[in-house]
Amino acid sequence: MLKLPVYLDNNATTPMDPRVLETMIPYFTEHFGNAASRNHPFGWEAEEAVDYAREQVAKLVGADPKEIIFTSGATEGDNLGIKGVYEMYAQKGNHIITANTEHKAVLDTCKHIEKLGGEVTYLSVQPDGLIDLKELEAAIKPTTILIAIMYANNEIGVIQPVKEIAAIAKKHGILFFTDATQAVGKIPVDVIKDGIDLMTFTGHKMYGPKGIGALYVRRKNPRVKVTAQMDGGGHERGMRSGTLNVPGIVGFGKACELCRLEMEQDTARISKLRDKLETALLKLDEAYVNGNRDHRLPHVSNISFKYVEGEGLLMGFNKNIALSSGSACTSASLEPSYVLKALGLGDDLAHSSLRFGLSRFTTEEQIDYTIEQITNTVLKLREMSPLWEMFKEGIDMNSIEWAHH
Amino acid sequence: MAYSEKVIDHYSNPKNVGTLDKSSKNVGTGLVGAPECGDVMRLQIEVDDATGIIKDAKFKTFGCGSAIASSSLATEWLKGKSIDVAATIDNMDIVEELNLPPVKIHCSVLAEDAIKAAINDYRKKNGLEELVFEEKGVH
Repeated sequence: MLKLPVYLDNNATTPMDPRVLETMIPYFTEHFGNAASRNHPFGWEAEEAVDYAREQVAKLVGADPKEIIFTSGATEGDNLGIKGVYEMYAQKGNHIITANTEHKAVLDTCKHIEKLGGEVTYLSVQPDGLIDLKELEAAIKPTTILIAIMYANNEIGVIQPVKEIAAIAKKHGILFFTDATQAVGKIPVDVIKDGIDLMTFTGHKMYGPKGIGALYVRRKNPRVKVTAQMDGGGHERGMRSGTLNVPGIVGFGKACELCRLEMEQDTARISKLRDKLETALLKLDEAYVNGNRDHRLPHVSNISFKYVEGEGLLMGFNKNIALSSGSACTSASLEPSYVLKALGLGDDLAHSSLRFGLSRFTTEEQIDYTIEQITNTVLKLREMSPLWEMFKEGIDMNSIEWAHH
Repeated sequence: MAYSEKVIDHYSNPKNVGTLDKSSKNVGTGLVGAPECGDVMRLQIEVDDATGIIKDAKFKTFGCGSAIASSSLATEWLKGKSIDVAATIDNMDIVEELNLPPVKIHCSVLAEDAIKAAINDYRKKNGLEELVFEEKGVH
């Protein structure tokens, strides 16, 4: 049975697994205690639940529970990890290396640091979205204290060579921070094997609740510290004050456990559906996958359909299929995706892209329906597109003097 | 952002999609916008030489739903109008008719520009002086 609407915007957020919700509910009402209340059973229960969840979260990423700092989500983790290192290691230097395809939470944090007097190098990526390791190493200075490179990209799903980046960081005595928001729970991430010093991730991208995330902060080889960005009661080993979101933490823990136990089977099924979708859509003329297809998350695909505009394309089926586009026609800036532009895509191709993010709950019927709907809409809009007509007539579109506005 | 019903209707059932013979003397073609900006409109008019009335109008548009709707509506409005009256179509008329939100006003401006470009193309072909229009500068 086809279930509509189809949700394929799972890089934005995932639905919560009903099993996660079930574990959370008692912690809103019955077990409502403050985990920091040390003198009565309400507090003890809450603390016990948090401890258990912390183990579940740590286990998914190969960390020690003591290395998990609960946050409100990945944005906070990006801020705390990067600003926290910048402040804590100010004696050592003020230079940070990152990449221009990072999430805004990293890029804008870095811009903030520049305003404070820090120095930031923004590496450009190769046309497939991967950073150049030689460029990374060449960017290192005596003042470099941190490399901040994401694990996997939110728009194109490209997975960076994390182990190699970590090795370079280690060789130069620099800390390595990674925003693993899209990767954790979807592919095996192991902070020890990968050599990660700090890592942010969040519940709502992995079938858990919104408003809860974690920052992993390494405790050995080396022992890493971050300066707290919020002052208060000194929760989370002094790194993140604020009463713990116990139900959120419990749900996040459960979500991590489910991902750990079911990742293998989920990935096998989801990647098959993704490949089916991609293969079918690439049968359309002038359709291109954006980003490296081998080093990529198994549930993500980003495709440009040349000569049709992404938002116009979405309108053909957005009552029944939820997707996002690299065309930012609705945003105030009217600028297309900076990630796609960083790959060297022209604005026209960036405007023509759709991002697909599948999930544990995506069905084959939904993928078949999506293939049909998108194929029909692309064909219909191309019939309506002056650019498609020019392409078919063999007119070189670069030879036309466009009225840029 | 939700689209107005009129935008959805024009998007789903666009009027006058197609191509007129641009080499014909009584066809005026306006091509405006740029692929990098995410919208390109091509609007064509076929004018009756004797009466100056627009007999037919066609469009093709690369762009969002509002851009498609704006050009579809423009072709509907053009048919049967004299080219002098057509030249007075204002983008705000399109905004009003389609209930375009502020972020989509540039789509209507593009349609107005396309109309004017098509009229001037026709005038040029027929030895008439090109009209000078004020810059809207919204987009």
